[in-house]
Amino acid sequence: MSMTKLSMLGAAAVFMGTTAYAGCGVTSGTVNILGNDFAAIQAVAEGAKQCAGGGVTVESNLNKDYRDLQIAALTANPAQYSTVVTTNAAIVPLIGEGLIRPLDDLIAKHGQNISKNQLITVDGKVMAVAFMANAQHLFVRTDILEKAGVDVPTTYEDVVAASAAIKAAGLMEHPFATTSQTGWNLGEEFVNMYLGFGGAFFKPGTAEPNANNETGVAALNMLKALTEQSNPDFLTFDSNAVQASWEAGDLAIAHLWGSRGTGILDAEGSTDEVVSNTVLVSSPTVGGGSTPASSLWWDGFAIAANVSDEDAEASFVAMLNGISTENVKANNDAAVWLVEGYQPSAASAGVLATATGGTKPYPMIPFMGLMHSALGAELSEFLQGSESAEQALADVEAAYVSAAKEKGFLQ
Amino acid sequence: MSSTIANRSSRSLIVISSAFVLLWVIVASFPFLWTLWGSFKVQGDFFSKADWTQALTGTRTLIETGGTFTGKGYEGAWVQEEFWRAAINTFIIVFFTVVISLTFGTLGGYALARSGHNYSFWLLMIALVFRAMPHITLVSGYLLPFFEWNLWGHIPTAIIVLVAINQPFTLWMLHSFFLNIPKDLDESAKVDGCNQFQAFRHVIIPVMWPGVITTGLFSFLLAYNDFSVTSMLLSEENRTMVPAIYGFLGSTQEEGNVMFAVASVVSATAPLFVLVMFFQRQIVSGLTAGAVKG
Amino acid sequence: MRHKTFLWFILPSLAAMILFIALPLVSVVVQSMYIEHEQVLVVTENCGPFGCTQESSVDTEATAQLRAEQPLGRFAGLATYFDRGHLASSEVAEAWANRESLGDFFAELYNLPFYKALAFTLTYTFVVTPMVIVLGLLIALGVNRLTPALKGPTIFVSLLPMIITPLIGSLILFWMIDAQGVIGKSLQWIFDDPELSLKASPPLTWITLIVYGIWSGAPFAFVVFYAGLQTVNSDSLEAAMIDGATKWQQIRYVVIPHLMPLAVFISLMQLMDNFRVFEPVVGFSAQANAPSLSYIIFADMRSDITRFNSAAATSVLTVIGVTILLAPVLVRTWRDFKGKAV
Repeated sequence: MSMTKLSMLGAAAVFMGTTAYAGCGVTSGTVNILGNDFAAIQAVAEGAKQCAGGGVTVESNLNKDYRDLQIAALTANPAQYSTVVTTNAAIVPLIGEGLIRPLDDLIAKHGQNISKNQLITVDGKVMAVAFMANAQHLFVRTDILEKAGVDVPTTYEDVVAASAAIKAAGLMEHPFATTSQTGWNLGEEFVNMYLGFGGAFFKPGTAEPNANNETGVAALNMLKALTEQSNPDFLTFDSNAVQASWEAGDLAIAHLWGSRGTGILDAEGSTDEVVSNTVLVSSPTVGGGSTPASSLWWDGFAIAANVSDEDAEASFVAMLNGISTENVKANNDAAVWLVEGYQPSAASAGVLATATGGTKPYPMIPFMGLMHSALGAELSEFLQGSESAEQALADVEAAYVSAAKEKGFLQ
Repeated sequence: MSSTIANRSSRSLIVISSAFVLLWVIVASFPFLWTLWGSFKVQGDFFSKADWTQALTGTRTLIETGGTFTGKGYEGAWVQEEFWRAAINTFIIVFFTVVISLTFGTLGGYALARSGHNYSFWLLMIALVFRAMPHITLVSGYLLPFFEWNLWGHIPTAIIVLVAINQPFTLWMLHSFFLNIPKDLDESAKVDGCNQFQAFRHVIIPVMWPGVITTGLFSFLLAYNDFSVTSMLLSEENRTMVPAIYGFLGSTQEEGNVMFAVASVVSATAPLFVLVMFFQRQIVSGLTAGAVKG
Repeated sequence: MRHKTFLWFILPSLAAMILFIALPLVSVVVQSMYIEHEQVLVVTENCGPFGCTQESSVDTEATAQLRAEQPLGRFAGLATYFDRGHLASSEVAEAWANRESLGDFFAELYNLPFYKALAFTLTYTFVVTPMVIVLGLLIALGVNRLTPALKGPTIFVSLLPMIITPLIGSLILFWMIDAQGVIGKSLQWIFDDPELSLKASPPLTWITLIVYGIWSGAPFAFVVFYAGLQTVNSDSLEAAMIDGATKWQQIRYVVIPHLMPLAVFISLMQLMDNFRVFEPVVGFSAQANAPSLSYIIFADMRSDITRFNSAAATSVLTVIGVTILLAPVLVRTWRDFKGKAV
């Protein structure tokens, strides 16, 4: 980039900072943002707030429990929030209840800088704009793998073998961990594994469950083989627990969220030995499949249906300002951004490798959440060894069917 | 003869009971001392996955901060994350919740205690059933109407909901307390020409304080420790301490800052220490006066 | 007291309870009897940063029309109460019909989420409640014998477990009982078993939760009993001493009867609170081994798709459960009430 261009960018930033609303291009409207509470979304909300001024007000409510609030908040008319920051799982009920509006006209008017792959379209209509990606992938300790004489695993079969080799070499008692806490986390592990085996959760075009089959049993058996290499407390492991164990040097291989990479690779909380030997690689494949056994997630924003067109436009423009190239550059390491201008770092290597490997996105199906809850609740007995895989999957289907009937997806 | 046996057995009884109390004091306070100590360390030491003695010696704290104690957790929570806002919100909410709860509760409890009609018993029973309702279900039911009427997120809304949720317990405690104040007191006032409210004001109010203070302490704890109501009904700028601490813990995908949470837990417990120290005589005297005779 | 005066006194309290508890309660009961509309599904092409897929989605317009016709959803009566997620009548009947032994039947029952949660909830309630009363009484008796100078600080320390937020308190203890944590390591040393983990096996998780329940519940019982001890009639104690009663006999025949009404009050509150045990389950990540009824409600409410009807049905069942548990105490209170009124 030439010097003149750089200084122009700088000048533009200063200009935007001082007369913000002129820079954002809206003169009136109320923007109210609802979203999850973490660094990347805080940065986006801050960016959006720079559009405040003149006739524009921008407020935000970042809350860990945003998912429990969003339906009620957007059902009210006028909606309490004009825009929500959401994910591929959390957006599903919003679409299903018709609470967010198609963005095509707003994109035509303001969205020249949005790249095509940021658009989330349902049936040809843009429903959200994605700005960051996440996925679970492998974290490995190269020094331990070297001592045990094994390569960085690329398949789950390798992961099991490598863990066994590390154990046999007496290096670690429980070398592997993943987020296997009963509930949402365990459900997510099964989803990853089942997608890796090429499974489909539902019979095509219907809401009939399709998990109790050979693929499901294979996925469960692989999960069990993995948890056998894990600490016996594995049913209590959430991301915080796995990260803490990793930083303490208790683990050699972990399947963990890419968003945890930055925290693991910084010097805080861990020894130099652990940090310098930690490498983030793609999620492994399983069962001879070609795509990694993980699922891709995005975070993006959607605009409420029950607000005035004026507020919707102001919200759209303000959120675009929140995910502007300048703002992303200023917060480069906070996330794996999908926005132009993002510089990949060591912390994002795993997510990018997993994404380029052709990993499937987490299914955006209206009844997937019910399946996920059923999986999270019914699989722990099998992993503890008190139930057969077939019984566990039958329980999952039974729990799902009773939930889906109640929600009107099955009759 | 028999008295010496009694003495000897009572001496050993004293030893046993003192030892038991000592054991209980250790069991009750150990997690607090541990957390207090750990709040001045870094996360690596607080969890000390490698070796638990590091939590005592502060090995990682020394490496990361250059000293064996650090105020980083407190600084992060109070300065960087502005935990003081949550503290102020909490005190506003708790103060009004306690005052309103007690006002409503004294009037209602008094009426229940003085009315011999069957319906007052059934009211008490229904209040008890109300208390059995899981809060999370109640709170989810509020969401849509509150959003519709633009009541959601405001401090007064949370206060009135907490008051309502506290009412069954407050009514029960104060009702049993008023049962123990002799009926003759207000009866004689009424004979002197007071109406029921004047009797309440001039005769009952002066003698009811121990019971009210005890009940107040329990409603204080309920409001102070509440999570389900405050986390779901308050907007970000009105958030109270407990949801704020919960927010520090991070979520599945995103890392939180556990040491901020630990430091704020200690900070949030500190006012309670003061409160209990200050009111412990009253708690006991209030209970003694019969607030809890079932 | 006249009806009208009574009404004026109780009005603020009653209004708050009707508005914020009774009306929502009615709405919860009503909603538990409805299920959602049939959702009209269509297959659409959905695209995102990671490519396009053919996926099912809800036909919003068609579903909205159904919704406008019946805003509450489809009436299902008690169907939700008897489905697999709740009382599971058909599964229970089937398990009974196909049972090989009684143990086999209970194993089948334990595989159903509601009964698994009920088993833990009842065990927790019936172990913790009496233990809290006994422990609270012992502490109260012990503290009562201390010299006055020691009493103040001891009372203060004894109240600590009660005053910390349960969600945070259980989380802190969860960190301490970790296999690497201070309590976890100490237990490994005491039992001489380096692999001992309180989090892994169901029985140990149950015991951990129960111990936590006793720890956090005891201060309430203690403070109530301690206050009660201050009012023990010293004349009757002296009379007992003159009659040659030992300390134990004094406690057995004078103190305990005096404290009985307080024990009733404590058990009332404790039964109710323990039956709703929730925070420790989340704090200790014990949902795999020890889910409680309140946890099931929480899981229904806080998933990607909120199942309010199901949560409402579990809530109503919880309230009914509490009422059944409290029935003996309530009957006793009714008798007291009639006795006083006469």
